[in-house]
Amino acid sequence: MTAIPSIPGFLKEPNGPIGKPVSRVDGRKKVTGDAHYAAEFTLPDLAHGYIVSSAIARGRITRIDASAALALPGVIHVFTHENRPSLAWFDRKWKDDDAPKGSPFRPLYDAEIHHALQPVALVIAESFELARYAARLVHIEYEAAPHQTDLRANRANTFTPGKDKGGFEPPPKPRGNPEQAFLDSPVQVDAEFTQAAEYHNPMEMHATTVLHHDDGTLTVHDKTQGAQNCHTYICNVFGLSKSAVRVMSPFVGGAFGSGLRPQHQLFMAMLAATQLKRSIRVELSRPQMFSFGHRPETIQRVALGAERDGTLRALIHEAVQESSQNENYVEIVVNWSGQQYACDNVRLDYKLTRLDVHTPLDQRAPGAATGVPALEIAMDELAFKLGMDPLELRLKNYAETDPNTGTPFSSKELRACFRQGAERFGWAKRSPAPRSMREGRELIGWGMAAGVWDAMQGQAAAKAVLGVDGKLVVSSATADIGTGTYTVMTQIAADVLGLPIEEVTFCLGDSSLPTAPIEGGSWTVSTVGSAVKAVCDRVRSQLFTLAGKLEDNPLKGVAEADVLFADGHLIVRDDRSRRLSITDVMRGSGTLSIEEEARALPYLLARARHTFATHSAVFVEVRVDEDLGTIRVARVVSAIAAGRIINPKTARSQIQGAVVWGIGMGLEEEAFTDHRLGRVMNHDYAEYHVPVNADVPDIDVLFVEEHDDMVNALGAKGVGEIGIVGVPAAIANAIHHATGVRVRDFPITLDKVLAGLR
Amino acid sequence: MRSFTYARADSAADAVGRAGASGTAFVAGGTNLLDLMKADVARPGGLIDISRLPLDRIEETAGGGLRLGALARNADTAYDERVQTRYPMLSKAILAGASAQLRNMATNGGNLLQRTRCYYFYDTATPCNKREPGSGCGAIGGVNRIHAILGASDQCIAVHPSDLCVALAALDAVVQVRGPDGERSIPFAEFHRLPGDRPEIDTTLRPGDLVTSIDLPAKGFAEHSTYLKIRDRASYAFALVSVAAGLELDGGTVRDARLALGGVAHKPWRDPEAEAALIGKPAAPDSFRAAARVLLRDAKGHEHNSFKIELAERAIVRALSEAADRKGASHP
Repeated sequence: MTAIPSIPGFLKEPNGPIGKPVSRVDGRKKVTGDAHYAAEFTLPDLAHGYIVSSAIARGRITRIDASAALALPGVIHVFTHENRPSLAWFDRKWKDDDAPKGSPFRPLYDAEIHHALQPVALVIAESFELARYAARLVHIEYEAAPHQTDLRANRANTFTPGKDKGGFEPPPKPRGNPEQAFLDSPVQVDAEFTQAAEYHNPMEMHATTVLHHDDGTLTVHDKTQGAQNCHTYICNVFGLSKSAVRVMSPFVGGAFGSGLRPQHQLFMAMLAATQLKRSIRVELSRPQMFSFGHRPETIQRVALGAERDGTLRALIHEAVQESSQNENYVEIVVNWSGQQYACDNVRLDYKLTRLDVHTPLDQRAPGAATGVPALEIAMDELAFKLGMDPLELRLKNYAETDPNTGTPFSSKELRACFRQGAERFGWAKRSPAPRSMREGRELIGWGMAAGVWDAMQGQAAAKAVLGVDGKLVVSSATADIGTGTYTVMTQIAADVLGLPIEEVTFCLGDSSLPTAPIEGGSWTVSTVGSAVKAVCDRVRSQLFTLAGKLEDNPLKGVAEADVLFADGHLIVRDDRSRRLSITDVMRGSGTLSIEEEARALPYLLARARHTFATHSAVFVEVRVDEDLGTIRVARVVSAIAAGRIINPKTARSQIQGAVVWGIGMGLEEEAFTDHRLGRVMNHDYAEYHVPVNADVPDIDVLFVEEHDDMVNALGAKGVGEIGIVGVPAAIANAIHHATGVRVRDFPITLDKVLAGLR
Repeated sequence: MRSFTYARADSAADAVGRAGASGTAFVAGGTNLLDLMKADVARPGGLIDISRLPLDRIEETAGGGLRLGALARNADTAYDERVQTRYPMLSKAILAGASAQLRNMATNGGNLLQRTRCYYFYDTATPCNKREPGSGCGAIGGVNRIHAILGASDQCIAVHPSDLCVALAALDAVVQVRGPDGERSIPFAEFHRLPGDRPEIDTTLRPGDLVTSIDLPAKGFAEHSTYLKIRDRASYAFALVSVAAGLELDGGTVRDARLALGGVAHKPWRDPEAEAALIGKPAAPDSFRAAARVLLRDAKGHEHNSFKIELAERAIVRALSEAADRKGASHP
């Protein structure tokens, strides 16, 4: 392998806030209510929309009678497929940056019903309460057609998708002879795993407020992870000029992937605003949050064959997932299994089944959060059969290079995660036999699992404006969905230019800003952070050039590379008494402001020859009541390798949040579908369970040192998704260690454990 | 929300008088009723606000018991020192339910009258005999993890969601009611009803009836009692199974026993035969299991909730064991 030159402009040593636990720069706004969300904007002419949801899962509407609703004083209009205006015809106009292959869903397009809770009408009224009431008076008659929503019943009816969605490659071709190698292996594990459908359910429900201005232009406040993605979508669908609409999403109350695609409330609010020529707000109800996008239900098989010393001989991972009738949502699920362990005989297989459901949607670590736990439980089962420590088995089969591609990892400190995580947890004190640790009636179990997620990078642009007062404003049309984007971008800019944090403002969530892709996949630090660094590098060069033009320049004769930017000054590295303030450079050179724009691209030379991934090792202690089967997670240690951590405080929050969700995925979250009705029944926070505070123990997060000078100029891979990936399996493995009961169906509710305790 | 009239009652008599009109409902804490109105499940034509009536006291009764005002808040009841000392299972049951915020708002009377959390009851696009008599039961043959294993009918398998009521059932509380025809007392066991072929009716209250208080008898089983709630997460979830258990022991022998189950039926489930099966027996797991089997002898599961039968048996054994082990009155 030829050596790859280090990435141009690589940040060798931060000299400012990068790497420091800086508190959120938007924290004060959030806790004082000064951060405004999509449903909080208004104008005097604001009217309210309420969506009517389909009562059936498939069929067609035969009659709509809105007369009772329209008869109410204050009800303005009822939009349906019968009275909608002409809209874009071609599928490509309805596509968005996260659309999989297929034909995107078009709200109010025709009489056809494709899935339960499909939006079928929009009532506009002078108040929200009136709109909601009137929505119930819209009389709709349906002609129901048979529907299929049961993955298990349809699991044989599959097809193999291709590269149907960005970021997801189809599985690699089989290597070696996996079936024979499995049969020949002296120790075997072969099991089926299931994962229930999960809904994102961010605290903030999806909402759009369209402000209709006197000049006919529109400001659209939308809950989204991509203001420009939504901007393009509505311009295409409604045939609007780009300059007539601006999409804003400066604050997002959680999204987890649910805001990656334009959702129907955006369409509905735009429809009403453009037709009625007034400001409109449409907010979904909590049950309506179950009307789009979910982590798809999955059935998997993992077969592992090993030598008696633990060497993996065969690895087979098959997955069947649900998608909709109209689109091929893929998250591949199985590929990480071929990447995580060294094995010569591997077959990875991924299939889809079409059901009468809305298209699934990326949800925190899509694919990996479903597939890796199946592999990691199977590894635990194998370790148990071998009588081997589960951690030892993983080290025994450690992949030094990516077995899927044969390429090296740009960096991979998973060993350090195992070692440091195990030490922090006290893994060495584990007594290996199931049911061998207890306290009173509680059986204690210790389990572990590894995790992996891709370290992706896209293209983004950023703009920087440095004022004569030394204040810097940097902007890019990315999003902060609670992850800390505002803060880390501010840190990067402040670090490059040596400015105090307080002198830097970062702007995002506005379609008029420099181009940035949808915010997801843990790629925002890598993608947008690189653009922020690049644009600030340019400002820095400009400042150096301007300094050179000053008459009494204390930096005279010094190269740019030998100048530090710190404390608002340009400083000669080897003689810190020679310094010049940024404001003096600006004033002295008569410069009112420096404006730069830059675009950052992935470093393709390195990208082509390496695999880029974050890794984790998760250790969990559970307590299981030996009579009642109730499970609680008592403590978690999560060790993460993700390159340079820009902000250990916000990064820790990301991992802790992901672990909480991992607990939910492991023990609680499940959408119950009544397959006779084709409808999710527990569509509220009372019955769709996510962890509450009392379910969440001490979560100990540690970041291991990982140097990576190929991933991007920041050396940072990004965190967020990696935090969830190993958690469900570590919990399942801990439950087995506690009880001897092996549950392979997520979530592991107490009844599944109880069945094994009999 | 649908339009409704609103009137504030200035006395209990006024409240009862105003309730004569059909389609009216009393509102106090509103923690359940207002949610149901927003979801279009409850559609009262008028609300009579009783929250300012002087029914919020907790006071001694002549018989040595306690009278819990219908309008006393759940939180104030749970933290009342007399309740904590003399009826610890009740205090524990209240604190096992809802959230601190809800308990601060919700009243005792309202708690008795809260509606089921059945998914189908809440989703107006689905059939539900309790919400829309004659429309069918969605839960039978549908999604029924949280549903009844006892006392259900072919019309309805919903469960009553209260924790407080399970303890009140075990304690033999008496509900005091003021109605158009005057005052009367309803023993707790007769207050809630089974669904039968009228699942839309939860209680034996008659139109216009106002719950004024809940009376606790002197005997509180403070020495040996507990409330055990088993649910799908540690807090903020309704019971899959809950047990209110009280024992009176003579050495190691059971002299008197109370046992009520929550989360399993349309009403808190009590069975005198199960309690009788404990009397005179050693306070030991075998006797507890035998009693549990009596209590659960007619239990019947559905697709998703059959596990509740065994879970209930195990929970009863655990709760009675804990109650028996308890040394003296304890705080929850």
